[in-house]
Amino acid sequence: MPLVKQGRLTTDLFVHVADGAELPGDGAVLVTAERFLADPEALLRRAGKVGVIWPNNRNLDELVPHLDRLATVALVFPTFRDGRAYSQARLLRERYGYDGELRATGQILRDQFVFMTRAGFDAFEVKKDADADAFAQTMKRYSVFYQPTGDGRVTALNRRMQLRHSESAGQ
Amino acid sequence: MYAYDELDRTLINERVSEFRDQVKRRLSGELTEDEFKILRLQNGVYLQLHAYMFRVAIPYGTLSSKQLRRLAHVARRYDRGYGHFTTRQNIQFNWIKLAELPDALADLAEVGIHAMQTSGNNMRNVTSDQWAGVAPGEIEDPRIWSELIRQHTTLHPEFSFLPRKFKIAITAAEHDRAAIKIHDIGLRLHKNADGETGFEVLVGGGLGRTPFIAKTIKPFVSGRDILSYIEAILRVYNQYGRRDNIYKARIKILVHELGIEKFAKEVEEEWKAMGDVGLTLDHAAIEEVRSRFSYPAYEKLPHMPDELKQAAHDPLFERWRKNSVSAHKVQGYSIVTLSLKPVGGPPGDATAEQMDAVADLADKYSFGEIRVGHEQNLALPHVAKRDLPQLFKALDRLGLATPNVNLVTDIIACPGLDYCSLANARSIPIAQELTRRFANHDTADLIGRLHINISGCINACGHHHVGHIGILGVEKNGEEFYQITIGGRADENAQLGTLIGPAVPYAEVADVIEDIVEAYLALRDRPEELFVDTVKRLGVEPIRERVYATR
Repeated sequence: MPLVKQGRLTTDLFVHVADGAELPGDGAVLVTAERFLADPEALLRRAGKVGVIWPNNRNLDELVPHLDRLATVALVFPTFRDGRAYSQARLLRERYGYDGELRATGQILRDQFVFMTRAGFDAFEVKKDADADAFAQTMKRYSVFYQPTGDGRVTALNRRMQLRHSESAGQ
Repeated sequence: MYAYDELDRTLINERVSEFRDQVKRRLSGELTEDEFKILRLQNGVYLQLHAYMFRVAIPYGTLSSKQLRRLAHVARRYDRGYGHFTTRQNIQFNWIKLAELPDALADLAEVGIHAMQTSGNNMRNVTSDQWAGVAPGEIEDPRIWSELIRQHTTLHPEFSFLPRKFKIAITAAEHDRAAIKIHDIGLRLHKNADGETGFEVLVGGGLGRTPFIAKTIKPFVSGRDILSYIEAILRVYNQYGRRDNIYKARIKILVHELGIEKFAKEVEEEWKAMGDVGLTLDHAAIEEVRSRFSYPAYEKLPHMPDELKQAAHDPLFERWRKNSVSAHKVQGYSIVTLSLKPVGGPPGDATAEQMDAVADLADKYSFGEIRVGHEQNLALPHVAKRDLPQLFKALDRLGLATPNVNLVTDIIACPGLDYCSLANARSIPIAQELTRRFANHDTADLIGRLHINISGCINACGHHHVGHIGILGVEKNGEEFYQITIGGRADENAQLGTLIGPAVPYAEVADVIEDIVEAYLALRDRPEELFVDTVKRLGVEPIRERVYATR
């Protein structure tokens, strides 16, 4: 599955390791929340980065203490109509200050890229090659945003107020 | 009127080009129907029994004459020459071709109209009082807040894939014309003891399979905090709303399962934890949006002009005036409701010719402004009283002066089995038959205010639960049957109706309704006692006895 990271098609360095399967000696691994929480220290001690796949119905409180030691957090979209992970993403970025890789996994289409980026995702396991190829172009689709989120894009309301301010200052 | 600026225009044009790409990918097979379904629903496109149906937003029910003419153009160019106004300040076109949809959207975008989030599991069109800004005694114009919320909820990056659809309605008047208590969030503008403007916030209302009247979650949220408070409600709902069963996915079920106190506590905690996330609306931000609304330059006119005194001799004019003309906050002006409920017609339909003509009349008599109400009628919100006689003649010629506003033939009905793929039974022919039964305007006047609401299935698009008389189509052994409730209402005293007896077959519905009305006329205390008040005073039983005694 193509991985888009920071706007580019990238090779995925992380190996998805199923529950019960043996961990490779080194190299980056992605494990489930259950496996991770069963013994976080053992996983974090090994050579190689660790990422966690966090289900969209699991409370983030259990994840938060480990955030600064994780190389990636993968949030799940079982279908693209299930939007719970958008809230998790914003909470991780905006409330808990997570600044590592935030990966969207599951049924990911190009039509979600803008929403996901605005919610804080910066890596995408994209379902279709054509969508992955269209990433940069799709991200240019919108230039106006009504809501403030942690991505820092200036909202329409703020742009208007800035404009008004500069107009009145110029008089 | 809210005037779009360059930013609003840019955004809807960007949305049109995104949708054009989505349609192209569907037509080329790149998107499966399953994938495309969610995407088209985000933009108001349903697949109905015969064709695609296209639902266009009329935010808080305000239209300019230019916009209405463009809706007429879409009806003519892309559809079969008419449109259907819905109970949520939208208009639907029933015969659109998928390949032409992007062009229809582009035509609408030129006049600042869109179809964003008119269906799908997202935040729907924000609705309000159709008399907003002109009704006497309002706290302030609720459309300022409606527009702030419209912008905030449009293409929201966190809440565009909710468990289920989510509807917000706002009122600023004592009498609730926006039906806020049957919305996911209902907002009532009022002032607190310190004179500050804010909102009573209600949550968890809704009809459908499991109807609930909304409950108050917070008696006062300051205007400056309203966006962050709504955001907190939505975040709790997005995470905890049920996704295992679409019939249990609305916020009303979450509120019901947790209980309003527990739900309110969750929201309060989330709201407190949010801190300052840039959602606080300071004075300048509110004024920025307020400044984009323009108001007519009203003249100083007499309360009772000569034209009105003279026209009072015309009984047809007087009947219409008493029925369809309402008080305006400015002396010398009136609000005029245009009935889209002619005898024998489908409720809420308007032809392209009617839309064009109403746009012309709005230019001539109403400062170019038109309103759309949830009862599926139109209104001209700023008519000088001296112009009422001329306006009446023009409306009468167009078939838009039926003097039945709020009367027994002012029926709310969903499209039903004639169009809708979800329906179990027909709605429109029932409405048409009832308008014929009660076609005599003297009889209708005698009966007084009486709202009949008809839905063709349990999804309740026709709001049957809150009709004074509610009619619900069901299917029994392959035949259309109808359950009838009485005593419901959708206003500030909102209440669900009570079933009056066993379901009746299609052919008997109009007879039963006539019998219910007969029973009411016999039982009412005095002529001024409304149907719904008689039911409240006596309960269902005395009416049931009379109606079902001979059945």
